[in-house]
Parts: sequence; structure tokens; C-alpha cells
Amino acid sequence: MSRRRHSDDSDGQPHKRRRTSEPSEIEERLESLICRVGEKSNSSLESNLEGLAGVLEADLPNYKSKILRILCTVARLLPEKLTVYTTLVGLLNARNYNFGGEFVEAMIRQLKECLKVNMYNQAVHLVRFLSDLVNCHVIAAPSMVAMFENFVSVTQEEDVPQVRCDWYIFAFLSSLPWVGKELYEKKDAEMDRLLSQTESYLKRRLKTHVPMLQVWTADKPHPQEEGPVMPGSHSVERFVIEENLHCIIKSHWKERKTCAAQLLSYPGNNKIPLNYHIVEVIFAELFQLPSPPHIEVMYTTLLIELCKLQPGSLPQVLAQATEMLYMRLDTMNTTCVDRFINWFSHHLSNFQFRWSWEDWSDCLTQDLEKPKPKFVREVLEKCMRLSYHQRIIDLVPASFSVLSPANPVCMYKYADESNRSLPGYTVALCLTIAIKNKASNDEIFGILKDVPNPNQEDDDDEGFSFNPLKIEVFVQTLLHLAAKSFSHSFSALAKFHEVFKTLAESDEGKLHVLRVVYEVWKNHPQMIAVLVDKMIRTQIVDCAAVANWIFSSELAHDFTRFYIWEILHSTIRKMNKHVLKIHKELEDTKARLARQHKRRDSDDDDDDDDRSTDREDGPLEEQIERLQEKVESAQSEQKNLFLVIFQRFIMLLTEHLVRCETGGIDVFTPWYKSCIERLQQIFLQHHQIIQQYMVTLENLLFTAELDHHILAVFQQFCALQA
Amino acid sequence: MCSADTLSVLRSDSYVDLSQYRDQHFRGTRYDQERLLRKSCTLYVGNLSFYTTEEQIHELFGKSGDIKKVIMGLDKVKKTPCGFCFVEYYARGDAENAMRYINGTRLDDRIIRTDWDAGFKEGRQYGRGRSGGQVRDEYRQDYDAGRGGYGKNVQCQ
Repeated sequence: MSRRRHSDDSDGQPHKRRRTSEPSEIEERLESLICRVGEKSNSSLESNLEGLAGVLEADLPNYKSKILRILCTVARLLPEKLTVYTTLVGLLNARNYNFGGEFVEAMIRQLKECLKVNMYNQAVHLVRFLSDLVNCHVIAAPSMVAMFENFVSVTQEEDVPQVRCDWYIFAFLSSLPWVGKELYEKKDAEMDRLLSQTESYLKRRLKTHVPMLQVWTADKPHPQEEGPVMPGSHSVERFVIEENLHCIIKSHWKERKTCAAQLLSYPGNNKIPLNYHIVEVIFAELFQLPSPPHIEVMYTTLLIELCKLQPGSLPQVLAQATEMLYMRLDTMNTTCVDRFINWFSHHLSNFQFRWSWEDWSDCLTQDLEKPKPKFVREVLEKCMRLSYHQRIIDLVPASFSVLSPANPVCMYKYADESNRSLPGYTVALCLTIAIKNKASNDEIFGILKDVPNPNQEDDDDEGFSFNPLKIEVFVQTLLHLAAKSFSHSFSALAKFHEVFKTLAESDEGKLHVLRVVYEVWKNHPQMIAVLVDKMIRTQIVDCAAVANWIFSSELAHDFTRFYIWEILHSTIRKMNKHVLKIHKELEDTKARLARQHKRRDSDDDDDDDDRSTDREDGPLEEQIERLQEKVESAQSEQKNLFLVIFQRFIMLLTEHLVRCETGGIDVFTPWYKSCIERLQQIFLQHHQIIQQYMVTLENLLFTAELDHHILAVFQQFCALQA
Repeated sequence: MCSADTLSVLRSDSYVDLSQYRDQHFRGTRYDQERLLRKSCTLYVGNLSFYTTEEQIHELFGKSGDIKKVIMGLDKVKKTPCGFCFVEYYARGDAENAMRYINGTRLDDRIIRTDWDAGFKEGRQYGRGRSGGQVRDEYRQDYDAGRGGYGKNVQCQ
């Protein structure tokens, strides 16, 4: 069966077969043979390895460099099959001693290159591979010890970043499960010295950054639950199993069926409670801070595939894990709770939302701001988004109605006659009729002219200065008329873009537009989010306005709700993408200019006509200058956005801390925990950008006068790069 | 030894590959169509219930990235949803993740199917079946409560 697919015809020429040269076919075959060894087979692994070693030995005279390259690559990229390939190398080495030597040399070169290009995870895999080669008699124990002595000696270096030492110690320690015993047998004195040096390093290394990366705020690891006996949480066996499962996910994340199958066929699955390990590893990745290794939705779908493959056992394990996570919500980091909410609601939507909600009725007796009831509320809201309101009402026991989401209906303040005393009511009626009759932007302006400005005594002639009532009447009416669906609302924003831009010209105008959107759609957070997104993209509001709106007193009631933070982070991401986009445009234009120069230089070496070259360069150079300005302006807007956010956090938290102090009450309320973790979340989720502002942040905002609770977050962040 | 080397076993991305389906109404060569499909940010989504809303689609597909637009598929006669839609992303990568992780999972209790689309053009939001809905609902023999009950030809018997 041909393994070639549509890519055959994608070389730019329809119906033309690609001529395959023999060497690359051989290389593909060799790669395939090597990659497939260890998979399910009728023969034993040992006999397959012997067979493959024989084939490779025979091919060495002609294809040595290709074989070396492939083996080095599998060592680097298929760490879950470490022992399969070290055994293969061992067999080859036994048959051809020179090859073994060349392989180790190639591995060392590859290790150095990995470190040079900052591929630290792959470098660890290479170190482990080399370690296991000791067990296969390819590398002598003293050589390995010497390498580790080199690694551990890094801890004696002065003035180096802690992360440098951390990596070397980690590479040493994490190889020990494979080679520790052998090395200790051969070189116990040296190993004792290494271990004691390591221990002393671990004792003295700074752990300031750790709280920021912890999923749980409880100090001790959670006690082993009753159930199947798993290797202890600090045991080497546990470490090895988990490492391998992580590696499998890393290898097959794009292919969910393959990934699930590979996870479930992990060797020794009859000796260990594999389902439990798999679920733990998946949640470990999902909750990893600052971010999961892969997109969140991958884990949801992977778990569904696993449930399909093990329908009699995995769903129960998953339910158990969910229950355990729920029990520990009080000490779970807010960002991780967000992910738990997203995962659980999406998962339920694939299983008819079946869950024994009554088991969680303990949360009903708690203050609604506490983590457990808050979690259930947010889950139900997300479940509703994937279904519909009545479905959720029917789903949960009556006692849970206090946690059920609001019916996501529009709240139009000029709705009926009883509101006619409201200022602007008549204009709203007028607007409604006009819009229904397909009025133009100009006609709308005309109608709005009559709206008095409650803020000003003397209206200026244009009437275009900030008029909150005008904004209110227009936005309320338009959103109400367009309430039917997202598409209707987007059309409305597009059609009356001019009116929006004019009304929201000032900063106060932008803020007020957002306020009115909230007033109209406060029952439908999803709608608020998509409207805010659209308004940013069409430049009706800017990112700073959204940030200020989120921290405004009108939103205080919703401040800890999940959707608010989704909006804020989405806003920051848009800002970041915008900066990158303009930067890329600038770089592309610069490249075009460079190419133009090159072409000219190669075309006419003799022609010295400067005037014509200037003329040619002119437009591009102008463009570059314009783009340069655009980049600077965007970067400045981006920096301002973060400063606004940090400033508002500091104000809010300081207020709370002062109030608690003077009132003599405990600082650590649910609101406070949520707020401080949201601040941490800003740092973590956008750390690369924020790193550019460290000096400003240190000198302007996170100064020594700040309350130590708030300053600690900044210090944790600084420590992450120490 | 180049650190950028990879293995073909790790390059496999079958969920993102083109399917066998080609839109027969596409204006252009097969080659043009496939070129567009390979760089498209737009997905066709099929097997939706007639009652599935734009909001639900937005919530689910938003999990793989920012959505530029959702266009509901409509019955040509009734102008009501007839069980398919288009989802356009800003970035190709986000559409790829939808193909990898949302295709073949449930929306509104139904397993939905996603496929690459060459790009929305006016008129493509309508069903092409004779009765106004999708072709597959013309000839269906089974009863599907979420898609108008029996197939149109069965209903007309």
C-alpha cells in the first residue's frame, strides 16, 4: 500500500509524478525500519532487534552516515523508546566496535548543538540515552561519571543564572534511574561526592519563583487516595513511568487515535494501574504553569479517545480524578481552575452532560464566592454555552438553581411604555423605527442630535463631544434590534461603524460604550465577549479602554467571573498579535528593499546613476519609515496596556489590604486569593512581553513602598529569570 | 547532525490532510481548488442539528482559536438552518487544530464532521438539495429528529 497521499500532486505541477531517486528511498526505508522496531509484532522484541542489527550492519559500508543520523534523531525525538534504541546501538557496537565509537561522537556533537540552540528537553533525552549506553556496554562507567562530574561542577560557577545549574543537575539526576546503580557499583566514591554536591546545591538554591508555578497552594503532596496502589509520588518508578507517558504525548499529539493507543500499550500495563497514570499525566500537562505543552482542547479530545478505547475502565478513573480535583479546589491555582472548568464542561458536552451533581451539594452551603460553588457555577455556564439554558435547568437538581446560569436574554431599558419617563426614551423609539427602515449613518446622526447632554450646560455646536446619553440611547437600541444572533450584532456594528467611531471618539466615550454593552448583555457573557472582540478589531474601542472598563467599579460585581478574564487575556493577545504583525510587515519591507539593492548591484555594476537608484528606493524607504513609526506606536500602546493593567491591580489590591488592616480582618478572602492569582496570571501568560518592561515596572510600579503581599508577586516573577 | 531534523513517523498529521471530497460547483481547476484547500482558514462543518445555534458553534470552535466568522448553512427555500455551516479562522493553524481536535467530537449531542473549504462565496450558504436543504437529507432513509425527521423523498411518499 502506498504511503504517499495527496502530497504527491502538491509539487506545483498537476499530474506530474515526482522522480524518486534511489538513495532517498533507501533512507526512507532505513528510517522506517528503525522507527518501527518495538511496535506490536508477531516476533519478540529481542529477535526483531537482532534482525534489525543484522540489516543495519550489512548496510553500514554504504549508508553509515545516514544510519548514524537516523539513530541520533530517534535518540533525541523518541525518548519513550530509549531502551529499545540503546539496545540496538549496543548490538551494533558488539558487531562493529568502530561504529559504536562514531555513534557516541555523533551524539556528543548533537548534544552540544542542542544546548547551543536552547533545546534543553531534547538535550536531557540525549544525556539519558548516553547513560543507558553504559548498561549496553557502549560507554564505560568512568566516562559517564566524568561527564556527570562536569555537569555537577557547574554548581560551583559564580554569577551564573540559577536556571543554568538547574538544567545540569536535572540532566544528572534524571539519568540516574537508568544508570545510577551501575555507576555506583563501579565508582561509588565519585558518585557519593556528586550526590552530596547535588544535595548541597538543592538546599541552597532559591525557590522564590515556585509559588507562581504551583498548581496547589497546600504544602504537602496530597496523600495517596485509597484505590489501586500506585508507585509512591516520590518514587523513581513513578518518575520513569510519567516521563515516558509525557514523551508519548509529545511524539503523537497531532494524532489523537495513535496517541491514545500508544499510551494504552505502554509496556508493563498489567503490572501498574496504567489508566490512573495516564489520567494523572494528562491532567499534569493540562494544569502546567505557565501554560500546557499543547493546546488545551487536545487533552479533552485525547481523554475522549481513551474513553472510547477503554469504555469499561477509563471513564470511572476519570470520574474519580474529577472528584478528587473538586475536593481540592480550595487550594487550586485560579488559572488551573479555569482550565478545569473548560475541560469538564467540554467533556460533559460529549456525554450528554451526565453527572451526579447531588454528590456536590456540599458546595451549596458555602459562600458563593468560595472556590467550589464558584467552580460549579462557571461549569454550568459553560455547559449552557454548549447547549441551551433550559437544558441546564433540567439537568441539575432543584437545589442547584442558585448556581444555575441566568437566561442569556437582552436587557433593553427602553423596552416598553413603562419606561417612557426615562431620558432618551422618545429618541430610542425614533431610532428604532429609523433603523428598521434602513436608515443611513447620516440619518442616525440627525436623530441623535436631539439628545441632550446631561454632562454639559452649553453644548458645543457639533454636539460630538462625549455625551453619555447619546451613546446609551444609540447602543441600547441598536444592540436590542440586533439581539437575535452574533451575526446580526456584527452586521449592526459594521453598518453603523461611523456612528460608533464618532460617539466613541474620546476615551470616556469608549468606556461608556463598553458600559452600555455590559448593561444590555450582562446576562449573556458570551455575547459581551464577542462584541468586545469585534469592537477592538474594528477600532471602535481600544485595548486600554477594555482594561479600564474591566477594573471599573461598574464591573466590580463580576470581577471574579471567568468570562472577564477571558476577555482581558483575549484583549492582550490581540494587542500582542497586532505588534507582531506590523513588525513582520516592517521586516518584510526591509527584505524587499534589500533584494532590490541586490538585484541592482548584480544587474549593472558599471552604471553609476545614483539618481535612478534613489528614485527606485524612494517608495520603499518611505514605506519603511512609515512602518517604523507604526511599530513604535504599537509597541508604545502595548506597553501602556500592561502598565494600565498593573496599575489598576495595585490600586485594587492595596485598597483591599488597607481595608483589612484597619478593620483587623483576615486579608486572605476568596476575592483576594482570586485577585492576586489573576495578577500572577498576567505575568505568567505574557511573560515574554513583560520581560521587556522590567526596568519600568521596578522603578515605576513595583517599588519598595508597595505592600509586601503585592511586591511578592513581582519578586516571584523576577526570580523566574534568575 | 541538524537539530531541526525530524522523523517522518512524527510528521504524520492525518487529521489535517485533505479528504476525498471536492466541491463540484467550484469554479476553477482541480489544482486551483486543492491549492486553496491547503492554505484555507475556512472549515465546512456538517451533521449539525437544525437547531444548533451560531452561539454554540462559536463556543465549540473557539476552543482552537479566534474565529473570524461563522456562516450558517440555510435551506434555500425556507432560509432556516439546514444542518451545516462554515467556520472561518484568522489563522490557518487554528483551523488545523479544529480539524485535529474538534472534528469527530460532539456538538449538541451529535458527532460533527469538519472538512477544509476553499473559501466562502455568496450562494454557498444554501443547501443544494431539490427541496432546499442539503442533498443528504433528500435521500436519507432513517429518522433523524434533529434534521427534520425522515429524508425528503421518504416524506413525500
